[in-house]
Amino acid sequence: MTIELSHFTATLLFAIFASIVFGITQRSTSREMVRYGLYCFCLFVGGVLLAGWAMWLLKH
Amino acid sequence: MAAKTNPQRAGEVPSATFSAMTVVAPAVGWLVPGLGHMVQGRWWRGLLLFISVFAMFFLGLAMQGKIYAPNTGDILDMLGFVGNLGAGGLYIVSQGMGWGQGAVHRATADYGTKYMIVAGLLNLICAVDAYHIALRKKG
Repeated sequence: MTIELSHFTATLLFAIFASIVFGITQRSTSREMVRYGLYCFCLFVGGVLLAGWAMWLLKH
Repeated sequence: MAAKTNPQRAGEVPSATFSAMTVVAPAVGWLVPGLGHMVQGRWWRGLLLFISVFAMFFLGLAMQGKIYAPNTGDILDMLGFVGNLGAGGLYIVSQGMGWGQGAVHRATADYGTKYMIVAGLLNLICAVDAYHIALRKKG
């Protein structure tokens, strides 16, 4: 079985799974886990978007 | 005069409690993602960790990523092996089945390789977390 993902889809999936793991392992209570997981997700996706625009600026 | 006992101050880390679980939990947690949490009664956490690491690893395989065998070549190949080894049982099964041995010749296959390395590294984080729970350093 082969899967072809777009770059952005691959980024989103990566961010989701990594954020779940970070949220659970780096915090103690359920509420803190969810908050930190969402925070990590925003950083992952935001960082990718930022890096993408930075590369566009470098190119142009 | 009887000695006063010191109540634990806010923010202090509780002292470690070593037991057989401090060895068993990280070991089974490395072997099966999330199992280290499940054997300590954290079922939902363990299940979410299992789903996350498992899904990331198998997405990597589905994207035709490469799994590194033990090697003493390029430093990046050695680091790739260490990352893959972190996936524990997933890595062992993959090596046994001969998965992930194709040449990486597409961008998505490179993503797949990185997915599997990160899945292994995340699994190591999970195993360490299971160890901390066994030590009673966190809830």
